[in-house]
Amino acid sequence: MITLRVNGEEHQLDVDPSMPLLWAIREKLKLTGTKFGCGIAQCGACTVHLNGQPIRSCVTPVSAVMGGDVTTIEGISSSDGLHSVQQAWIDEQVAQCGYCQSGQIMSAVALLRQTPNPSDEDIDQAMSGNICRCGMYGRIRSAIKNVGQGVVQTYDPQETAHG
Amino acid sequence: MGKWTRRAVISTGVIAGGGLVVGVALRPGHRAPDIAHLVTSDDEQLINAWVKIGGDNHITAIVAHSEMGQGAQTALTQMLADELDARWQDMSFIEAPAEDEYANWALGKGFVIGGVDIPQSLVPTVDGLFMQVTSAMHLQITGGSASVRATGVYGMRIAGAAARELLIKAAAAQWEVPESELTAKHSQIIHSGSGRQADFSEFAAAAAQFKPSRTPRLKSVEDFEIMGRSVARHDIPSKVDGTAVFGIDADVPDMMYAAIQGAPVFGAQALEFNANGADQSTGVLQIVNLGEAVAVVADGYWNASQALKMIDITWSKTGSEGLDSEKLFAQFERDLQAAKQSGDATDDVSSGDVEAAFERADKVVEANYRVPFLAHACMEPMNATARVDNNKCEVWAGSQNPLGFKYEIADALEMDASQVTFHQHTMGGGFGRRGTSDVAVQAARIAKVAGVPVKLIWSREEDIRHDVYRPAVASQFRAALSDQGDVLAWENMFHEKHEPDEAPNIPYDITSKSIQHIESLTHVPFGPWRSVDHSQHGFFTESFFDEVAQAVDKDPYELRRALLSDKPRHLAVLDRAAKEAGWGEKLAAGRGRGISLQQSFGSIVAQVVDVSVNQGSVKVDRVVCVIDLGFAVSPDGVRAQMESGIIYGLSAALYGDINIVDGAVKQSNFHDYQVVRMREAPVIETHIINSGAAWGGAGEPGTPGIAPALANAVYQATGTRVRQLPLSNYDFSYQFVEEEEVS
Ligand code: FES
Ligand code: FES
Repeated sequence: MITLRVNGEEHQLDVDPSMPLLWAIREKLKLTGTKFGCGIAQCGACTVHLNGQPIRSCVTPVSAVMGGDVTTIEGISSSDGLHSVQQAWIDEQVAQCGYCQSGQIMSAVALLRQTPNPSDEDIDQAMSGNICRCGMYGRIRSAIKNVGQGVVQTYDPQETAHG
Repeated sequence: MGKWTRRAVISTGVIAGGGLVVGVALRPGHRAPDIAHLVTSDDEQLINAWVKIGGDNHITAIVAHSEMGQGAQTALTQMLADELDARWQDMSFIEAPAEDEYANWALGKGFVIGGVDIPQSLVPTVDGLFMQVTSAMHLQITGGSASVRATGVYGMRIAGAAARELLIKAAAAQWEVPESELTAKHSQIIHSGSGRQADFSEFAAAAAQFKPSRTPRLKSVEDFEIMGRSVARHDIPSKVDGTAVFGIDADVPDMMYAAIQGAPVFGAQALEFNANGADQSTGVLQIVNLGEAVAVVADGYWNASQALKMIDITWSKTGSEGLDSEKLFAQFERDLQAAKQSGDATDDVSSGDVEAAFERADKVVEANYRVPFLAHACMEPMNATARVDNNKCEVWAGSQNPLGFKYEIADALEMDASQVTFHQHTMGGGFGRRGTSDVAVQAARIAKVAGVPVKLIWSREEDIRHDVYRPAVASQFRAALSDQGDVLAWENMFHEKHEPDEAPNIPYDITSKSIQHIESLTHVPFGPWRSVDHSQHGFFTESFFDEVAQAVDKDPYELRRALLSDKPRHLAVLDRAAKEAGWGEKLAAGRGRGISLQQSFGSIVAQVVDVSVNQGSVKVDRVVCVIDLGFAVSPDGVRAQMESGIIYGLSAALYGDINIVDGAVKQSNFHDYQVVRMREAPVIETHIINSGAAWGGAGEPGTPGIAPALANAVYQATGTRVRQLPLSNYDFSYQFVEEEEVS
């Protein structure tokens, strides 16, 4: 049995310990906001947080996250509303097909937590692991800057959760 | 939102709760052979636009186009809402299900209010329009950038206007006032004299009793209230909180999962396989040999894909095992040489006396170009979920052609189309790839054999290696020039021609032109790739044009201008791009600026690209893009589509290269099939010209112009003329090389 804590909830799963977290989240917990894109840590579509740090869930075995706190796209908003990064994404009309955006948002949330007002270089660094085939990089950059510069209402329900 | 069933539509024309429904039918001009089997008699037609007004005054547009990220459903809804004089907040849309009502004239005729069909006066126009777009758009197919310019202009707007007129008629009757005293505004009917007003819904049922006008009056541009406004897309909130349900997220009770391995060499069949214990592996239900592929069905995708790796498959020989990209290009060039000698080629454009022009030329410039095969690499890997039981099949997937998928699945299972239900999902990218039903058909076949619902997910490797590729193409040019700098003749021969027909043509006023193509077939499957043939011809013609300008010692922008004097729209677009980009400024060493102009899908696009080349690496700094698409229904949506099309084309120009080795595709995933990432993404500035010309598309026209503008900029920066894509195959470590070097 594998014990997973995802979005604050504990789950006991009877799965192969080498199974990547991605498939446990999607197929066993039915949290399908986290996406499969490449399976080899090249595209970022599967990005989730482990103890607040972005990881590629497609190459992270479930056994490696036992005892940790996993946060998915479903876990970053609260009953009070959207996370500021999600709101910024709507304001900038970032999503085209939208398939990459859960991963983009998880990477951006982690970046902004680390570096509240990131420079272009910070954004290049933190976001280049996330591919967007619809090419919305300019909008992603603007949305991140809007959050950084306080143009969007900011609050982060995860901040307290992960300290 | 009520369920949209065949019975409710046909028998009453009124939805539950007494609302009004208006549909508009369009006649296609002709049918392409690949859809002929979907249409059984001559009076079967397309129905493209629908609106229903519910008892709660909520208005729903039913949109027969799939959402793959382009925002077309929102734009189409804007068009309908504006003509209806609805309030934007009252509007929503649903996608038309893959049912024959949306593609069958006989049923549709009965449905359109009161049994009256579409205004006859429109039919010729609509016919004419469809003559132009059938090459890219059939039935419910989303492609050819046709959503707004075809369905929108000739469907949604008319449906909205017709519904508005019917509501006014009904209100006039009820209030016993002349129609001329009534106006529609914000989803209400208003009587000017008394100030009396009431919601549309109050008249919806009564309106259904009237005959619609044969020619509903459409608004002119000055009266647009919702069209031309950048409204927030309805689908975006669900795409930022993870709740959007893509095909890969479909959840069917008791569903199992399948992983699949297709034949490495296209066309090969699995003769036999050695399971090596895969069938006993954890969670595995069954191994299914489909012939062209072998699939493992298991209790989860991970278990299925792990077991799949254990299997040894013996593939049949097809005779293509010895082929590689170099041999294929050698074949294309051999065939082109042979055609030049025999004269056995098909004319695309033939004007003036090309031969005489070359005889009289003071100078001849010639160049040979190539582009490689390209995969689509949609962000969402290919997938489909299917359940087959009791002679019924249900499939859940994202498709650019839901109705076509339904028929092809029925064919594969030897069922009648009425036994197949297709559940359409939003798509994680389409780009042309999701118009081909291979994956959905595989899922249905696997589910049938397995006897349980199955979600088939292609690995990224499978996606890159079993695409329907943008073809590899060779194109050869000559131009005849005079000492005075006149371009006397333009000669071009290439192989592989698909759509649109006009893609290889150029807008420039050159008296003698010969553009021809030949066939040179390969075993590599091909399909439409964002902007289709424009994706290669844009690069070829706009790069070679710069070579011509250089040969006559003219500025490439000025030479374009000089040869466009009879094309004011092209000129305006080109001039605006040059102005916004600062064309003519002096650039520092190692920097370059290139320009391109391309008309596609009814829109004209100019791009100016700035690059810097540093120690061998090419960086695209800035792209200025100007588009004239007649009228931008949603300006921000158009800008997003330009940004998207440019990055898509840039990925191909910089990196896109599918190599054939031993008959199979060499690349497999994003590490060796690279795409543009955040750190390489240029600043893109889009400027829109609303010229008032016939409305053009937005989804594809951004793509063709980026590669040539980039190549032209690279030439200026380095002196290397890029005649073969991608750019990553060039060595720029010596910055100012004269000779072209391909690694
Ligand atoms: S699916 Fe994990 S990085 Fe691509
Ligand atoms: S929005 Fe489509 S891949 Fe990013």
